[in-house]
Amino acid sequence: MTTLAVTWPWENWGLFFDLTVSGLTLGSVYALIALGYSMVYGILKLLNFAHGDVYMIGAFLGYFALSGLGGPASPSLASWLVVTLMFLASMLGCGVLGVVIERFAYRPLRNAPRIAPLISALGVSFFLQNSALLVFGASFRDYGTDLIGGNPYHIGQNLFFSVPQLLTVIASVALMVALTLLVARTRIGKAMRATSFDREAAEMMGIDVDRVIASTFFIGSALAGAAGVMFGLVFGQIYHFMGFLAGLKGFTAAVIGGIGSIPGAMLGGFVVGLAESYATGYLPQGSTFKNLYVFSLLIVVILVRPSGLLGRADIKKV
Amino acid sequence: MAADLPERPDARDRPRVGVDEWVAQVETRRERAGGLTGIAWRIWDALPPFGRLGLFVMPAALFPLFTGSNTLSRFGVFTLLYVLLGLGLNIVVGFAGLLDLGYVAFYGFGAYGYGVLASGHSGNHWQAEAAIPIVVLAAAVLGLLLGLPSRRLLGDYLAIVTLFFGQAFVTFVNNANYINFPHFGHVDLTGGANGLDQIDPLDFFGYRLVSTKQNFYFLLVAFVVVITALYFANESRTGRAWRALREDPLAAEAMSIPVNRLKLMAFSFGAATAGFTGAIYGAIHTGAFPGDYDIGLLITVYAVVILGGTGSLAGVVLGAIIVNCAPEILRTPDQAGWLFYGALVLALVARLRPWPRLLAVVGSLVALGFALRAIADAVWPRMTAGSGEGAGLAARVVEHWVLLPSHPEKMGNFAYVILIAAILLVTQLRGIWRTIALVPTLYLVAFVWENRLIQEVAGATRLILLGALLIALMNARPQGLMGTARVEIV
Repeated sequence: MTTLAVTWPWENWGLFFDLTVSGLTLGSVYALIALGYSMVYGILKLLNFAHGDVYMIGAFLGYFALSGLGGPASPSLASWLVVTLMFLASMLGCGVLGVVIERFAYRPLRNAPRIAPLISALGVSFFLQNSALLVFGASFRDYGTDLIGGNPYHIGQNLFFSVPQLLTVIASVALMVALTLLVARTRIGKAMRATSFDREAAEMMGIDVDRVIASTFFIGSALAGAAGVMFGLVFGQIYHFMGFLAGLKGFTAAVIGGIGSIPGAMLGGFVVGLAESYATGYLPQGSTFKNLYVFSLLIVVILVRPSGLLGRADIKKV
Repeated sequence: MAADLPERPDARDRPRVGVDEWVAQVETRRERAGGLTGIAWRIWDALPPFGRLGLFVMPAALFPLFTGSNTLSRFGVFTLLYVLLGLGLNIVVGFAGLLDLGYVAFYGFGAYGYGVLASGHSGNHWQAEAAIPIVVLAAAVLGLLLGLPSRRLLGDYLAIVTLFFGQAFVTFVNNANYINFPHFGHVDLTGGANGLDQIDPLDFFGYRLVSTKQNFYFLLVAFVVVITALYFANESRTGRAWRALREDPLAAEAMSIPVNRLKLMAFSFGAATAGFTGAIYGAIHTGAFPGDYDIGLLITVYAVVILGGTGSLAGVVLGAIIVNCAPEILRTPDQAGWLFYGALVLALVARLRPWPRLLAVVGSLVALGFALRAIADAVWPRMTAGSGEGAGLAARVVEHWVLLPSHPEKMGNFAYVILIAAILLVTQLRGIWRTIALVPTLYLVAFVWENRLIQEVAGATRLILLGALLIALMNARPQGLMGTARVEIV
C-alpha cells in the first residue's frame, strides 16, 4: 500500500524535471482551453460548458486529418506539413463549430434569464459528447508516436523532453502571443474589448455586436481545437469523453487566472497544469486524487482572491 | 378578439420592446386561449392546491393495480424518485436561483451513507428509522459545508465549484476502498469501482419493504409529505425571501433579507431532500455504484426541473413523468419507433399550418421515400439490402419506405452529421423554402433513425435526444412548460 512518505524534489531531480515538463505541456493545453472560456465569459458573461467538448471534437478532427493523410506510420507528406495541416483542419473545423453553437444555442437566449443559456450549454455539451459516441464509437483512437516522436532530447543529466512536448509549449505560447496582439492591436480586437466592456454602448457606437461575438466564438473554439490536437500529439490517445474533465480544468485555469483576462488564462493554465503534475508525483495517492487536489487549489484561490490572480475586482454599479 | 392584447414580441436577440407588458398579461391570455390547451389551463387554474395534488396522486395510487412489478419499477418507482430528486433541486435552482451542479453528489451521498449504515458490505444493519434521519441530517450538513465557501460566489462561479464537487464525490467513492487511516489501518468504505452492494431493504420498526409495490407506496407517501412541506415552505416568509433572492440578490440584500443564510438554507434543504431520496434509492436498488451519480444523472435531473419550469412544483412532477417515461419507452426499438414517429407527427401537426401545407409536406415525403426506394432498387441494390430493427406493422411499412443499406453503420454516421446540418439550415430558411427543405430533412430523420439511432436506443440515442430537447426547449420556452415567463428589467 502507498505510504505517506514524500519524495522531496531535491532527492530526485530527474523526477522533478519530468513532472515540470509534463506539467508545462499539460498547462499549455489547459491555457488554450482557458482562453476560449475566458474570452466568451468576458463578452457574454456566459459559462460555455460545451467548450470542453469542442476541444474533444478538435482532437478527433486532427485525428481524421492525420488518418486522411496516410496515418502516423506512413504519412503521405512530410511530417511537419502533416502536423500543420492537422492543426489547420482542427482549428478551422472547431472555429466553425463554435460559431454554429453560438448562433443556434446561445444567440436566441441573449435576453433570456441567466440560467437559460447555461442549461442550453449543458444540452450542447451532452449532445456533442453523445453524438461523438454515436459517430466515432466508444473506443480510444490512437494518434501514434511515429509521426514526430523519436528519441527525447535532453539537457544535462536530468532534463528530458520529447519533440511533441516542445512543439506544444512553443505553439501554445505563439498562439497566445498572436491572440494578445489581435486583441490589443487590431480593429476587431478593439471591438471585442468594447463589447465586453459594455455591450449596449458598443452597439450604439456602431459596432456589429453579433459579428464580434461570432468571431470571439470562432477564435476561442479554434484555440480549443488546437489544444485538442496538441493533447493527441503528446498523450497519444483520445476518446469521446475527454472533453468533460479537460473543460473543467480549463475553466478552473480561467478562474484561477482571473476570468476575462487573457494573460490570466495563460497563467492559470500553467498553474493548473503544474499543480496537477506535481500532485501526481508528490502528494499521497496523487494519480488517483489529482483532480481533488486541483479542485482544492481552485477553492483556495476563490476564497482568497475571488477575482483570480490577474483579474480585476468587478465593481457593480446599480 | 384580442385587440387590446399586445402581440408576442418577436425580435429575439434585441432588447425586446413590450415584453414586460406581454408577460404581465399571461393570465388574460390564458383566459382567452382557445382549444384544448386553453380549457386545460382554466381547469388547472381553478383547482385548489390539494386538488392538483390529487390529480397526480389518485392515478398514481391506482397504477400498481394494473401493472406487473417490472413495469411498476421502471415507470412508477423511478418516476417518483425523479420527482423527489427534482423537488430537491427545485429548492436550490427554482426557489433560490442558485445553480448547483454538484446536486447529484448528495443523492449519491444518501445512497452510500445508507449503505454504510445498513448493508452486508459494511456489516452494520441499522433500522431504517434510525439510519435515514442520520443520513438526511448528514447530507444537510454536507450541503451546508459546500454552501459555506460557495455563498460568496456569484452564479457562474458557484456552478463550477459545485460541478467540481460532484466530480470530486465520484472520484472519492471510486477510490475510497483502500483508505489508510493512521490508527485504524485499511478501511473499505465504499467498495471502490465495484460499488457498495448488499444494501438492506428499508426496514421500519421491523416492517420490511421488500416488494416493488411496497416501495412504490412508500415513495408515494414520501412524495406527498415532501411536496406538501415544500408547498408551505414556498408560500411562507422564507419562500418569499427565496424568490426575492432569485430575482435580484442585490435588491434583496438592500431590503434587509439575510441573503447568505437563505442561500445556505436552500443548499442544505436541497441536499437533505437529495440525501433522503438517495437513501431510498440505495435500499430499493440494494446497491450504490459510482457510475450512477455522474454527470448523466445530473443533466437528467436538470432536465426534469427545467422542462417543467423552474420554481413550479407541479412542473417538476410533469417534467419527471416526461423525462423518465419517454426514455423508458425508448429502451426497446419497437416502442421507441412508435414514440419517435408519434412525436414527429404530433410536432408536424402542431407546427405546420395551414393544413394544405401539412398535407403537401406529408404527401411529398411519402412519395419521396417510395421514389428513392424504387430508384435505389434499380441502380444500387445494396442500398435496400438491409432490414429494419423493429417488428410489427409500423416497422414493416417503414421497411418499404426508407432506404436500408446493407452496412448501415458508416452510412448512418454520415447521414447523422448531414442531418444536423440540415436541421440547422431548415431553422434558418423562411417561407416556401423552409417547407421545401423540410421534406428531404424529414426523410433524412427517418433514414438516420432507422439505420443508426435505433441501434443505440438504450445508450447514446436517449442522451442525444435529451441534449437536443434541452436546447430546443430553451430556445422555444426558456421558462419551461409550466413556469411563468419573467422579465429582467435593466
